[in-house]
Parts: sequence; C-alpha cells; structure tokens
Amino acid sequence: MTTEIASSAPAAPAGAAGPGRRPASAARRQRSEVGVLTTLGHLALLVWAILVIAPLLWTILASFKSNTEIFLGNPFALPGTFNFDSYARAWSEANVGRYFLNSVFVVTLSTTGTMLLGAMAAYVLARYPFPGNRVIYYLFVSGLAFPVFLALVPLFLVVNNLGLLNTYTGLILVYIAYSLPFTVFFLAAFFKTLPQSVAEAAMMDGASHSRLFFQVMMPMARPALVSIAIFNIIGQWNQYLLPVALMQGEGADRKWVLTQGIASISTSAGYQADWAALFAALTLSILPMILVYALFQRQIQSGLTAGAVK
Amino acid sequence: MRHGRYPFIIGFLAAPVAIYVTFVLGPYAQAFYLATTNWRGVSANPEFVGLENFTKLFSDDVFWKAIRHHGLLLLALPLLTIVLALFFAFMLNVGGGSRGGAMAGVRGSRFYRVVFFFPQVLAVVIVGVIFSRVYAPDDSGLLNGALATVGLDPVLFMADPDIALWSIIAVLVWQAVGFYVVLFSAGMSSVPKEIYEAATIDGAGRAAMFFRVTLPLLWDTLQVAWVYLGIAAFDAFAIVQVLSVDQGGPDGATTVLGMEIYRNAFSYSQFGYASAMGVALFFLTITFAALTLRVSKRDTIEL
Repeated sequence: MTTEIASSAPAAPAGAAGPGRRPASAARRQRSEVGVLTTLGHLALLVWAILVIAPLLWTILASFKSNTEIFLGNPFALPGTFNFDSYARAWSEANVGRYFLNSVFVVTLSTTGTMLLGAMAAYVLARYPFPGNRVIYYLFVSGLAFPVFLALVPLFLVVNNLGLLNTYTGLILVYIAYSLPFTVFFLAAFFKTLPQSVAEAAMMDGASHSRLFFQVMMPMARPALVSIAIFNIIGQWNQYLLPVALMQGEGADRKWVLTQGIASISTSAGYQADWAALFAALTLSILPMILVYALFQRQIQSGLTAGAVK
Repeated sequence: MRHGRYPFIIGFLAAPVAIYVTFVLGPYAQAFYLATTNWRGVSANPEFVGLENFTKLFSDDVFWKAIRHHGLLLLALPLLTIVLALFFAFMLNVGGGSRGGAMAGVRGSRFYRVVFFFPQVLAVVIVGVIFSRVYAPDDSGLLNGALATVGLDPVLFMADPDIALWSIIAVLVWQAVGFYVVLFSAGMSSVPKEIYEAATIDGAGRAAMFFRVTLPLLWDTLQVAWVYLGIAAFDAFAIVQVLSVDQGGPDGATTVLGMEIYRNAFSYSQFGYASAMGVALFFLTITFAALTLRVSKRDTIEL
C-alpha cells in the first residue's frame, strides 16, 4: 500500500551490466547528452522551486511590514522592522484566533468520528460475509464518483430540516459523511489483508467480536489508520465549500472555520485595508500546514498517492 | 464464533450507514428530483415542472460560458500539469543517470520533492487569497512589482477578461504539479531497473529512455492522473470564488458551474434551477470519466 515499491523489485543479476560493458560510442554520446539535458533539467527544477517558494515567502515577509511598506515600498524589500503587531491584530481583531480554534475543534471531532465510524464499517464489510454486504460496500464506494455540487442544495435543505444549520454538530456530521467513502474504501482493502489466524486465536481465547476489533484488529491496522487519518485531517482542515454552504445565518461568523474566515477577511480587506493583518492571517494558516507536512512528509505523500497507485 | 454475529454487524454498521445515507446518498438522490421542480425554498411544497429547468438552462448564456470555461480547463489543466510533472518526476528519478547500475535522480531530488509538494497541503482558498495579492493590479503585487522593476506596465491579471481564466489555470497548475510529481515518481520507481539497464546497453539516450521506456510503462498512472485532473477541472469553485473579480467575473469571464450552482442556490434561492445545474455537472463529469477510461484503454504492460 505504500509507494515504496522499488525495494520489492527483484535485484539485478550480478554483473549483468556495468558501465564498462557499454559500447564506447554510445557512452560518449550519452555523456554529452547528459550534460546539456541535466543542466536544463536542473535549471527547470530550480525555477519551479523558486516559483513555489516565492509567493509563500513573500506572504510571510509581508506580514511583518507596515501598510505603507506594503503599498509604497519595493515588494521585494525586507520589512524595516520585524513587528508582530499585525499578528496580534489578525488574531484578536480580525478573529483569526477564533476561526483557528473553531477549525481545530471541528477537525478534531470530525476526524476522530470519521476514523472510528469508517474503521467500524470497513472492518465489518471486509471480514464478515452477510447478505447485503456487497450492496452496502458499493453504496459507500459510489460516493467517490459523485460531485459534491450535485448534493449541495438538498444537503443544505436536509441539514436545515434537522435544525443543524449553522451548528458544529451539523458540520461535523457532514464532514464525517463525506469522508466515509474514501476511508471505507481504503480501510476495507487493508482489513482484508490482516491474517485470519490471529482473529481465530483471539476468538478461541474468548474475545467478543467488538473486543477483537478494538484490541486486536485496530492496533494491527495502525499504519493504515495513521495514513488515512492524516489524509482526512488535511482534507477537512482545507474544506471550504461545505462550511460556506452550511455555516450561514444569524451569528454564523462566530462559528466560521479558518478557510471561511480568511476568505471573508480577504474580501473585506479592500475596504479596511489592513493588508499586514491579512498577510499575518495567511501566514497563521500556512505555517501549521507546512509544519504538519514537514513532520509527516512521508506518510502524507504515500497516503495521498496510495489511492491512485494500486 | 457464530455467537452474537448479527447484533455485532448491525451495531457496527448502523451509525456509519445512517450518517452516510442521510447526508450523502439522500441528497444525491433528491438532487435529481429537485431538478424537476421550481422550488425556491419558501413554498411548502416543490412544484413539479418537468424539464423546464433544463430548457431554461440550455438557453442560459452564463451556463454556456461556464461550459466553455470547463472545456478550456479540461484541456489546459491536465495537459500543463502532466507535462510539467512528468518532466520533473523523470529528472528526480532517472535524470541523474545510472549509479552503480541503478537509475538515480539528480542531485537534491529529495529537496525538490518536498518543496514541490508544499502547495498541495494548503487549502485552495488560502492559495486563492495568496494569489489575489500576488496578482494585485498595482506595484504592490509580487508579479506586477517584478514587472515594474524591469520597467514594464502592470498587467491586470484578474480584471482583463482575456487573461483572467488563464491566471486562474496557472494557480491550479502551480498547486497541482507537486502531487503528480510524487504520483509519477511512485510509478517510475516501480519500473524494474533491468529495463533501464538493458536500454542503456542498447545505447538509448535520455529522450529515447523517456519516450520508449518510462512513458509506456507509466500509462496506467497517467490515465489516473488525467481522470483526477479532469474531475478537478469540473470543480474549480473555491479558487474562482476567492480569486476572481466579482465571483466569476469580470463579466462572467471566469465563471464555472460550481460558482453558478452556489450563486443560484444561496444568493437567488433558486433551488430547483441550481439542482438542474448540479445534474448537468454530474452527467458531464461521468461522461468525461467514462470517455477518458474508454479512449485511453490500452493493453497494460505486465512487469
């Protein structure tokens, strides 16, 4: 399931090929070709790396500038003094602190819920044959194929009818629901690979079905659970369409999540013109993600690609 | 072993299935029904109007504008992203030549792989807001500031209808490339190194190696990439809402179906009409995915 398939590739037969065996002309031709192409390639890689880093770095640097520096100064200049005023303004006056904590709260609960419910469903669907098993499995997986926009209007009405519009409960339930297809799809495939003998041994020792799940199967599935949890955290933290559609109405702005809040600051910044605070708000939303990414880089990359490379 | 099996199964499935049916399957099913009504949310009961919403849709200028934009996105986004990502992935995995028999990436490939992926972990909205400043129409923007230092006039990236959509496509490509570099790298590293060795012995250069060995062996991954990016091309809502002037402007020059669905539903309360757009979007997406998988079908090369 990981992307490191290279290590499982069969080892090359010893001495089958070495640089010395190559015909001399081909080697020479290749060497000159390598020179030009590698230089161009290196250049392209470097340019793209700069293109990726520059806007992010510029955003972070601008958050320390004053409004005058941002508007009248050279956009490439370093800030005159590194002051954190803009962060204080963004955090309290522009409510970024509130939005940030709202996001943390919602994503913590919804990811936990997604993992628990997703793992339960996936486990039963993967390891317990019963009539209707396949039907339920395909119902879950079919959710991967539908565009969320199709459901948008009825979803709004359903949530509204349940009285859950503009509530954390509603948003969390919806996050869980829309994360289930991928979670179930991925975890079901993983639970299938766990050995039956362990399950039988536990049963012989008198474990109940749910005890078997929580004390034997869940710990064994840890690597897969971690990958999918990270995937869900990133996805739900970055979600925009669902909160924008569901967190509206009286006093909704107090419950906004970070993406929503920052989009709103960005549109109103044109009038208030506190650009430094906007840049600070952006930095506050970029840095945690870059940090999480730096820490879990391998799991994130393999987790995000695992669904595609099977 | 049999004891308590069914209570357990039901106990474990009840909550996930209930949540899923209520918030995902139910709404999807209802969307098709709502699309045939003129419901505006105020009256108690939606009134059935048959295909009226769809006839209105097909004579709606904005709808066709959005469709044309999806067409452009559908061509440009996958093509640019895949070409760039393939080239970078090749450099990072095979570009360094053979080292001790195994193909290696160029120097610093670990660094590039990490950096290129950065934008992928950021929310599309946040990326949109960052680029609204990067694209700022005066010298305070990163790009126009750069143009000013070499003495060029500022470009109205988002306000000029001719380039606004391209500016949005550029941001989408900027964000997507890193993911596909990683995806293609995974595919490339699963190619047995004997194949590269054999090709090297036969005197294949870098280009031949790429077009004759890497590309055919990566066909399946490319197909997946094309489908993913195509679906993303039908989905460009957040970026349009945040980055474009006037949410889809100037004058509808950057609008997409998602934007129109959102606008019709939540600004004009035209729930029936918005649902009809959702149904149209659904059929477009499904048709695209089915066509791509069918057209690009090839015999998989077994390794």
